[in-house]
Amino acid sequence: MNRPTDFPATRDEVCVVAIAEAFRGDGEILCNPIGTTPIIGGRLARATFEPTMVVTDAVAVLAANILPVGDDDAERLVEAWMPYRDVFDVVWSGRRHIVMGASQIDAHGNQNLAAIGDWRRPKAQLLGLRGAPGNLTNHVTTYWIPNHSTRSFVATVDLVSGPGYDRVAPLSAFIRANHEIRRVVSNLAVLDFENPGEPDTPRRMRLRSVHPGVTVDEVVKATGFALDLPDEVPESRLPTLEELHLIREVLDPQGLRKAEFGG
Amino acid sequence: MSEDDVIAQLSSGMTIGIGGWGSRRKPMSLVRAIARSELTDLTIVCYGGPEVGILSALGKVRRAVYGFVSLDSIPLEPHFRQARQQGSIEVTELDEGAFYLGLLAGAHRVPFYPTRAGLGSDMLLMNPDLATVTSPYPDADGAYEELVAIPAFQLDASLVHMNRADSAGNGQFLGPDLYFDDLFAKAASATYLSCEKVVETGELLDEGSLHTIKIPRIFVDGVVESPRGAHFTECPPDYGRDEAFQRTYAATAKDPDAWKVFVDRWLEAPSHTEYLERLDSEAGKSA
Repeated sequence: MNRPTDFPATRDEVCVVAIAEAFRGDGEILCNPIGTTPIIGGRLARATFEPTMVVTDAVAVLAANILPVGDDDAERLVEAWMPYRDVFDVVWSGRRHIVMGASQIDAHGNQNLAAIGDWRRPKAQLLGLRGAPGNLTNHVTTYWIPNHSTRSFVATVDLVSGPGYDRVAPLSAFIRANHEIRRVVSNLAVLDFENPGEPDTPRRMRLRSVHPGVTVDEVVKATGFALDLPDEVPESRLPTLEELHLIREVLDPQGLRKAEFGG
Repeated sequence: MSEDDVIAQLSSGMTIGIGGWGSRRKPMSLVRAIARSELTDLTIVCYGGPEVGILSALGKVRRAVYGFVSLDSIPLEPHFRQARQQGSIEVTELDEGAFYLGLLAGAHRVPFYPTRAGLGSDMLLMNPDLATVTSPYPDADGAYEELVAIPAFQLDASLVHMNRADSAGNGQFLGPDLYFDDLFAKAASATYLSCEKVVETGELLDEGSLHTIKIPRIFVDGVVESPRGAHFTECPPDYGRDEAFQRTYAATAKDPDAWKVFVDRWLEAPSHTEYLERLDSEAGKSA
């Protein structure tokens, strides 16, 4: 492993790399991360090991060049027009991998982005269902949760925007074949659903790796349900020197990613 | 037509589609005309932005039907949030893509379009009237798949804002995205189109390619010339979003006195012309 001791990677950069890793192997699909850290992660994957992915931009185009996050004036090498209507066509084609947030998530990956409390008159109205019901029944999803705690990783979510493995189990063969929660990346750890589990029981969230400086115990304590814990939990991969250069100098020279980490 | 001429065609209790997307190219001069009118008990159908917050806060809305409600640079629309948390409006919240299918079914005059969006999520719990259908065709394994039937939106009227139009109602967008404005026009019994500038038919190709004249006049019942008519939402390439104004609007959700001032000065400006004069005088003060 490459340890750039002169410029040690910070937690935000480890998270960016963990999100990039979620796209590994996706090939020529629409990489559609939402939010600053996910966008940097998606573009990092595109700039390194997934060069054939196409990447959305906020202004209805697919840009073939590597763009810095949050820079509306950056020169775009337009390779296609992608207005919102066409995004739905891509959703339903299955050739898309989205990274969304989750205000709450449970052990089976049910995500709530919609509301806290009773949806009829919520204590807190959040973003809503947005596109989650369509995304989860059509293509791969990864979640980014920058505030790993028992308030976000909960036993039961108040409302299901994006269905998890237990909700999908009784649905059609098509939906079961297309539903995949690839990773859950938090500020503490990387989680997934790759444990085979018991036959006929829906998959549960597994601790895949802990970020450098985080203990398994810390993650367990910050999670409001029992995580599937392998005997050995590795550390999340550190960025390579090339990745650090791309993150710091090319993809996010303004350091916008620090905002989600209180910096 | 003027904004007020459009309002005269509408009545309380109607279901009204509103074009644009979030805080982008919203027909705000028409929304403000509704705000200062006697209209009430409306069902508004939209990819929601500030029109949902404004009309809800003024008590004009019985029900909002939406794919989302957001101000883009301010992700949570604060007045909409407040209306939800106070329980002052009824809602039909749909998956963003499912909402598109409701519009499409309305435009095509079919009862519904099927989708998988909603299966497994709580969209069906939140919308007990949504039904499912079973595919009449077997899949590869011989199974008959169950799908959600998104019913056609029945719109009494739609309001959209374009960059250009001719006086007959041929509408043109010059920005990067039409959003779903053509479908709002096609799905409604009557469509009123405001635009930045009315041009001669022969001038429509001066500023945009053939592909930008997306709303033919057969789907349009009235045209309003309304320069800066989408303010404070964005209307590229004519202008961007007025972020400072939007922040002022958003802040009024937490401050009843500031909201009263905002309503007075901006929402109850007696005409769009007067609204623009107030905007310009404000800009003069701060310059």
